[in-house]
Amino acid sequence: MATTVTSGITRPPDQGDGGQRRLSQRDPQTHTMGVAFAVVAIGMLFIALTSSYVVRQGLGVDWQRLPMPRILLVNSAVLLISSITMELARLARRRGNWQRSNTWVFVTLMLGLAFLSGQLLAWQSLASQGFFLSTNPHSSFFYVLTGLHGIHLAGGLLALTYVAAGSLQQLRAPAAAAGPARPSPDRCSRWLDGTAVYWHFMDALWIYLLALLFVWG
Amino acid sequence: MASHSSQTVHTEIRHGFIRTYIFSTDHKVIGIQYLMLALFSVLLGMGLSVFMRLRLAWPAAKWPTLEQIFSVGFSGGQMTPEFYLAMMTMHGTIMVFFVLTTAPLSGFGNYFLPIQIGARDMAFPVLNMLSFWVTFVALAVMVSALLVTGGAPISGWTAYAPLSALGQVAGPGLGTGQTLWVISIAIFCAGSLLTALNFLCTTINLRARGMSLMRMPLTVWAWFTTAILALLAFPVLLAGGILLLLDRVGGSSFFIPGGLVVSDKLIPHEGGSPLLWQHLFWFFGHPEVYIAILPGMGVTSHILSTFARKPIFAYKAMVSAIFAIGFISYIVWGHHMFMSGMSPFSSMVFSVTTMAVGVPSAIKTFNWLATLRGAQIRFTTPMLFALGFVSLFVTGGITGLLLAQPAIDIYLHDTSFVVAHFHLIMGVAAIFGIFGGTYYWFPKMFGRMMSERLGRIHFWFTLAGVYAIFMPMHFMGISGAPRRYAQLTEFTYLQHLQPVQIFISICAFITIAAQFIFLYNFFVSMWKGERAGVNPWEATSLEWTIPSPPPHDNFGELVPVVNHGPYEYSVPGEPTDFVMQNAPAGSVAS
Repeated sequence: MATTVTSGITRPPDQGDGGQRRLSQRDPQTHTMGVAFAVVAIGMLFIALTSSYVVRQGLGVDWQRLPMPRILLVNSAVLLISSITMELARLARRRGNWQRSNTWVFVTLMLGLAFLSGQLLAWQSLASQGFFLSTNPHSSFFYVLTGLHGIHLAGGLLALTYVAAGSLQQLRAPAAAAGPARPSPDRCSRWLDGTAVYWHFMDALWIYLLALLFVWG
Repeated sequence: MASHSSQTVHTEIRHGFIRTYIFSTDHKVIGIQYLMLALFSVLLGMGLSVFMRLRLAWPAAKWPTLEQIFSVGFSGGQMTPEFYLAMMTMHGTIMVFFVLTTAPLSGFGNYFLPIQIGARDMAFPVLNMLSFWVTFVALAVMVSALLVTGGAPISGWTAYAPLSALGQVAGPGLGTGQTLWVISIAIFCAGSLLTALNFLCTTINLRARGMSLMRMPLTVWAWFTTAILALLAFPVLLAGGILLLLDRVGGSSFFIPGGLVVSDKLIPHEGGSPLLWQHLFWFFGHPEVYIAILPGMGVTSHILSTFARKPIFAYKAMVSAIFAIGFISYIVWGHHMFMSGMSPFSSMVFSVTTMAVGVPSAIKTFNWLATLRGAQIRFTTPMLFALGFVSLFVTGGITGLLLAQPAIDIYLHDTSFVVAHFHLIMGVAAIFGIFGGTYYWFPKMFGRMMSERLGRIHFWFTLAGVYAIFMPMHFMGISGAPRRYAQLTEFTYLQHLQPVQIFISICAFITIAAQFIFLYNFFVSMWKGERAGVNPWEATSLEWTIPSPPPHDNFGELVPVVNHGPYEYSVPGEPTDFVMQNAPAGSVAS
């Protein structure tokens, strides 16, 4: 009995065994997978809202299409560019240039903030024309969809700030000095990869929402 | 039995009290936190049901003592119908969300999923801690709905619009109480999503070497599938909750139709669809039923195999059945809405898909019975509860097939027949799964055994009690007794059923009293129970290879290597009648 219990437990080989995943040696893909599942959940949220949108549109006579605030086109361009700068950050990091990578992360962060500010301007423009949350179902959905997208994008901005802070530490201290308190270059890369997946999703989601609101009707 | 820790180096990380027991990132502590949250909630929910049973059995009785505590709810000493409805709403909500979702999935899942797959912790420990505290905040907000002016909402756990969307004008509790209800549910959705995400990443990424998918215990399969369901279902409820909240506080009209006159007041909304809320709610609501019951099925399979000392019959069929149930749960939500005026074609589709759930359910039941066939059963308390689960699953499931017929459902809809059906299958069967899991894993969690004698008394009282409570409700429903009514004595055609109401109430009180045997056993055994060894049940899965209770890092520096399936019991040629999952390969004679 005693041997049965203990003999099956062996010391793990030192390195490189995919089967010996431990907390400190998580699969590099785990972060990205976590983000992917978050994307699935957020996708379900917007799918549910889309079906509500379509159902509500087919009911009643109160559906009045909003005029599209022109600034939304600028915002869309800003967000699309931010996806490119995000990829530039990853490219620089793959080439080991943390300095440049960090610059691009910072640019992405600024573009994200610009997008959010632009969205607020769009809200303001609609409000000044007398379109509020309760005005009609289309305006209700406009504020709900853009608001929820904005909240999720703000979450992405927080993650980006975290990534930026991590890579700043990379810059200040050489990789050799990375201790337990300091994130390793690998971890920073993984955070960046995970955040990039999320960021591109936010980008695609925005284009989808824009099409739903103003092309579909 | 050799001490495991003598050969293993454990890195004990010492933190202060707060980091160890309150804001802990240890999946085991978080699991127990969830279980304690569920225990608090189940006691609260049970307490609320006492009020309901008092009102139904003795509608005219006066309770001067209670009037002193609840001056509004008991004005004149008699419980008001609104107070009854508030109790009903909160009973349902607290039980479904804070007991049946948290205990089986987040509680036991958090504690045992990482250990059963040979991991040190969840994939994202900090996220795990966060999900518990988010859920805790959700519970605090929900409980506060009981305490605010106007009291708790009266719209039922389903919060059907437009009643739930109109605000104070529609009734007491529909003002602040209902707003808090919606906010609490939205927060709960967020917490559950984090849990689901963590479970999925953990199961996929952190399995020990050799723990192939087909070597995972059925508990792990059940938690994994449940996490998929939660990940896809809770966002839909969240969407509905956000829209409902905006209808309430933002002046929008997603769910409020035009021309509605409530309490002689014209409601200034137009165009919304109450049915839209029902679709969003039940698209979540039906998978939610399986979120509550699937972990119970996993635990039951695990316990039956352990105490039958036989491999689970048709392991792969069990895994497929779990997945089939999970998949079908997404295409049956319309069966909650046969009364909503949907087209006969839609009704037929939802009816057929609903009856299709019977196929994987029957496969599971058949396999459980086949596992028991010819077995030398050890009738321990966890085994009794697992057998009770099978019994309740069949009893409660059969009536599901009846209700799946639109023609029958239109007659039985909103009667106590439905109440009996979902209580047996979703409520009591799932609770039996929780009890089974508690008795089974208590030695591992707390290092001591629970009293078998008290456990058996608890089991028999509870089993007899729940059947005595819910079987008569079927007959009342067939006689036309509607649910959600505080009082049925006003209907002459139901007056002869009043003795049945009294019978049900008395049975309920006895069953509730029996739960204190469990509480006594649970808390006393924690300190005074007989010490448990590493593997008191002689089970095979990995949690039984490490000390009871497990150290902070579970397996320490040594990680298990899995060579065997989860249910290798009574293997011919083996010295013992069980083979641990991490026993050396090739030790099986076959």
